[in-house]
Amino acid sequence: MKPAPITAGRGLAGLLLNGISLLAFALLYAPVVVMVLFSFNAPRGRFNLVWQGFTLENWRQPLRDEALSQAFLTSLALALAAALLAVLLGALMALALARARPRGAHGIELLLVLPLTNPEIVLAMALFQLFVGVNLPRGPLTLLLSHSLLCLSYAALTLKARLAGFDPSLELAAQDLGAPPLAAFVRVTLPLLAPGLLAATLLSFSLSFDDYVISSFTAGETVTLPLYLAGAFQREISPRIQVLSTLVLLVSAALLLLATPRRQG
Amino acid sequence: MRRWWPWALLAPGLLWLVGLYLLPLLGLVPLSLSEPVSRFGLETVFRGRLVTYLEVLQTYGPILLRSFTFALVATALGLLLAYPLACAIRFRGGRWQPLLIGLVVLPSLTSYLVRAIAWTSLLGDEGPLIGLVGALRLAPALNALGVLHDGRLLNTPTAVVLGLTTNLLPFLVLPLVVALQRIEPTLLEAAADLHAPPLRIFLLVVWPLSRPGLASGLLLSLIPAAGDVVNPLFLGGPNDRMIANTIENLLLVQLQAPRAAALTLVLMALVSLLAWLQLRAGGVERLTLP
Repeated sequence: MKPAPITAGRGLAGLLLNGISLLAFALLYAPVVVMVLFSFNAPRGRFNLVWQGFTLENWRQPLRDEALSQAFLTSLALALAAALLAVLLGALMALALARARPRGAHGIELLLVLPLTNPEIVLAMALFQLFVGVNLPRGPLTLLLSHSLLCLSYAALTLKARLAGFDPSLELAAQDLGAPPLAAFVRVTLPLLAPGLLAATLLSFSLSFDDYVISSFTAGETVTLPLYLAGAFQREISPRIQVLSTLVLLVSAALLLLATPRRQG
Repeated sequence: MRRWWPWALLAPGLLWLVGLYLLPLLGLVPLSLSEPVSRFGLETVFRGRLVTYLEVLQTYGPILLRSFTFALVATALGLLLAYPLACAIRFRGGRWQPLLIGLVVLPSLTSYLVRAIAWTSLLGDEGPLIGLVGALRLAPALNALGVLHDGRLLNTPTAVVLGLTTNLLPFLVLPLVVALQRIEPTLLEAAADLHAPPLRIFLLVVWPLSRPGLASGLLLSLIPAAGDVVNPLFLGGPNDRMIANTIENLLLVQLQAPRAAALTLVLMALVSLLAWLQLRAGGVERLTLP
């Protein structure tokens, strides 16, 4: 098969394409490289922002900074709970929308897309006012409610796309062969949906884990990792922030590698 | 008999969307027309005070304008990088495509606050970039171009736009790659067989077929950029604050809930207009994440 000229990429166009791609990757990775580098810095003073010298000291007890570790664990628990809740609600919605198309399905899809077209500050403002209005004290519960809402649209829409991508006749075939609907769902639909569920959970988790704006409006006294980081930016940037972030990056890179779809050949 | 089950599945999610999103959002309208009871609390009374909108537009109009300018410049810069990168991944990536896409996503797995902290190290007065500018004696030229401000990078609009640009890059690249992957290779071969020069193939085949990806990419990057809090806070100076910083400050510091609500609704109206224009170009069905 003869490759089209656009893929051949000799000459000026190809050079330009490669050059710009390298520049884009440089921009994407500059802050990440700096973060990893500064986890080995021995800062003078309270702010680990200027390179002074190499040390392994920060890595010896990465969780020694108690407030940081506490915020990290809070965010971990919150993101896990919010992701599972959002994926559960989202999967149910996706199933109903993709398999039954009830009347008003289009309106519901619009309602799912709408939050995505708002900046997070709009959601934050609306949620804040709701919690103040119904006198719900801001804390872990309001965080869970807000974060699950934030993730719900992403989860439902990704899963709906997955469900639309495979053939419903597979389920019908199972039912024709005598499987009750629930068994057909568990043995056929669920395994087909599993990669989508994993992807939606990971996406929701990272959305919640990294959320600052909504949390700053709905957290009350609870301190999530992004809220801790915003506070630290004013007070003290300990090198353990970079150590912990490097660890998080390593773990999530491994997860990403697991979730990346593999091509044959 | 089978009519009820879709609604049973939809009910909990709909409860979330209506109870936590739609109703509270509509509730911002009466709030924006209210007045605070005192200067020390969040309690308000409804007064039908439309003039708040005028006050808000007058006071914060320049900040609104700045926010959209920053977001547009960042998105334009991002597009200049993202489109070639997406083309390179799609047309030259070969079997490395999934890996390259993973490499585009990977930096987003680091908290954007931590990345902003890292940028302050890179852009700071004692950082490598200012050092490089000094060594090459470029400061006067870059000052004149408006890239540097008084020889500084950190706490300038440049830094905010740079932060925004890197944050939104993946959101531009991924939908573009997906759209480009949908182009049938046979289409490109046919064009090449008919001796179309590469530029013509690009203009007549690649560009039109990439437009749905472009539309959702713009939507996914422009809107969060216009409402960003972290980059102006970490990388900008006091004069580079954006609209979301103002809303946060109005509500949580000044306790001016009605003004915050009015400003939020103005922001939402502007953003919805943008979204509507882009969705019309791309379609709701296209707005699925890669």
